[in-house]
Amino acid sequence: MMNPFSEAKMKQVDKIIARYPEGKQKAALIPLLNLAQEESGGWLSEPTMDYVAGLLKIEPIEVYEVATFYSMFNLQPVGKYVFEVCQTGPCMIRGSEDIVKHIKKRLGIDVGETSADGLFTLKVVECLGACGYAPMMQLGKYFREHLTPEKVDKIIDECTQKAAQQN
Amino acid sequence: MGRKLLLEKAHVEGIRHFDVYRREGGYKAAEKALTTMAPDAVTEEVKKSGLRGRGGAGFPAGMKWSFLAKPEGIPRYLVCNADESEPGTFKDRYLMEFIPHLLIEGLVISSFALGSNRTYIYIRGEYAWIVDILEEAIEEARANNFVGNNILGTGFNCEIYVQRGAGAYICGEETALLESLEGKRGNPRIKPPFPAVKGLWDSPTVVNNVETLAAVVPIINIGGEEYAKIGVGKSTGTKLISACGNINKPGVYEIDMTISVEEFIYSDEYCGGIANGKRLKACIPGGSSVPILPANLLLKTAKGEPRIMNYESLSDGGFATGTMMGSGGFIVLDEDQCIVKNTLTLARFYRHESCGQCSPCREGTGWMEKILKNIEYGKGKKSDIDLLWDIQRKIEGNTICPLGDAAAWPVAAAIRHFRDEFEWHVDHPVECLQRNYGLAGYAEPLAVATA
Ligand SMILES: Cc1cc2nc3c(=O)[nH]c(=O)nc-3n(C[C@H](O)[C@H](O)[C@H](O)COP(=O)(O)O)c2cc1C
Ligand code: SF4
Ligand code: FES
Repeated sequence: MMNPFSEAKMKQVDKIIARYPEGKQKAALIPLLNLAQEESGGWLSEPTMDYVAGLLKIEPIEVYEVATFYSMFNLQPVGKYVFEVCQTGPCMIRGSEDIVKHIKKRLGIDVGETSADGLFTLKVVECLGACGYAPMMQLGKYFREHLTPEKVDKIIDECTQKAAQQN
Repeated sequence: MGRKLLLEKAHVEGIRHFDVYRREGGYKAAEKALTTMAPDAVTEEVKKSGLRGRGGAGFPAGMKWSFLAKPEGIPRYLVCNADESEPGTFKDRYLMEFIPHLLIEGLVISSFALGSNRTYIYIRGEYAWIVDILEEAIEEARANNFVGNNILGTGFNCEIYVQRGAGAYICGEETALLESLEGKRGNPRIKPPFPAVKGLWDSPTVVNNVETLAAVVPIINIGGEEYAKIGVGKSTGTKLISACGNINKPGVYEIDMTISVEEFIYSDEYCGGIANGKRLKACIPGGSSVPILPANLLLKTAKGEPRIMNYESLSDGGFATGTMMGSGGFIVLDEDQCIVKNTLTLARFYRHESCGQCSPCREGTGWMEKILKNIEYGKGKKSDIDLLWDIQRKIEGNTICPLGDAAAWPVAAAIRHFRDEFEWHVDHPVECLQRNYGLAGYAEPLAVATA
């Protein structure tokens, strides 16, 4: 078991659990997994999931069941920056395939892969609710919209610089 | 200019914050409802307004509210559906991002009408930053005694919580949403029982869309009868349309449901016409699951009448020649788009999002994707087109939840109206990899049978 939460985050955990009536604390599972993932480098390990199970007094299997159902939970390590490019109809007709191609070439990785330096992971995802601002991708908490190859290059440079500063 | 009831103030500077929203007339409806009306009188106004659910199905909101069971001593819940994952749809996001207090005010009034002391907003996981916007609005509302205990001294208590999902279209289906909110996989429940009787934690529950609940604010402000005068027939009030695809001005528009589809696409007030001087080929007017129509059937009904942007007119002709209002996700395709490829991306979407509980949906969506892929990449046979038709028919109506239908309809409509394009792919396996079929005859006027 691994506690992914700092002391400050534990306060947030308690607040989340308090949103539900007595005895219904299992409802906190998805919010807590979201939080745990943010606190653990963008993915959920088994020990992390087991810890969340303990917090909510439920069986680990109940956590695994949920973690495997939802597409935003990563059950394998991912890069520091995850590019999730939407590929559904409305984005496709506005050129999402070219964006994916460009990212692949620029980073030298395929969809589902992480760059050798561990900085970038490329994923393709289904409609994110930004169809009018296509092509687009999710990067962390925010959307990057109206993408062009030049814009993507800038985002990659931005991330590389940020990572260098943090080291 | 049509009348705006939801977005009129959305771009006033600072409207995201309580003070500005209040200064612009916000929370007047909440005050009116909580301090001068009985809960049932609020429901009555919503009934009179004719407001139909804006999440896709168009079920009358007031009627849904009046079905809510009210057994003694058992809590009731209102859950706001902000899962918004139907491709083409991004209107709820717009409303929450720009004018969050409108939703919070709508939730306070609706919670009062329904007797919900704990109200949840279930928002799709990807809208992570909007959670912050909503939570800030809730805290501001609390600081001003519109949320929390003893609201406005009326004795009514109401907490509003934001629950973030984690990526699953199916959680927009109301019973899957409730499962997810309870901390489980998003598997839809078998109905009955309906949520109005057994919903969240087996308590009576109303699930409504973001836009539906926001619309309660103007309804209380101007009165249900006044609201019902806007629009035509059973399409009352205003509707948010999120427009995307090959148009000059993608975005979210509030329309009253009397304008024609043609005006919506070509006028500068709305979509501003087809981008790059191209011609209109087809359109999916209500989110990815509603039938796609070729330009000729989109702009005019089979009877030759102009098609109007409302529930009745869009569905005129049934599935044979019509479509649906759905969620208001308006996807426009120009002459360069390939119908087979577009249908393929949608089939892939539904395969990806099927929860897997029912075999027709789990297996059928996978087969449809594979066959469409073969046709798109020049490896299809003529018999594949009939096979596709057969599979979609076997899914429709044979599943626990409507996702099965939602997956079947786009494929059915594409074959129904664009069969020649599918056949062309099969007959030209090399050429179809190099160029698109083009506009063909899809924009040509149809012969109208005269009586
Ligand atoms: C597969 C599927 C996905 C759905 N997604 C949504 C959604 O994202 N948002 C929404 O409000 N309703 C969605 N619905 C409709 C809901 O089940 C429900 O009818 C709606 O939330 C009721 O609210 P309304 O009456 O205010 O429209 C979906 C339905 C199905 C079958
Ligand atoms: S129709 Fe599809 S999504 Fe709906 S319950 Fe059945 S398998 Fe799940
Ligand atoms: S299709 Fe890409 S955001 Fe909707």
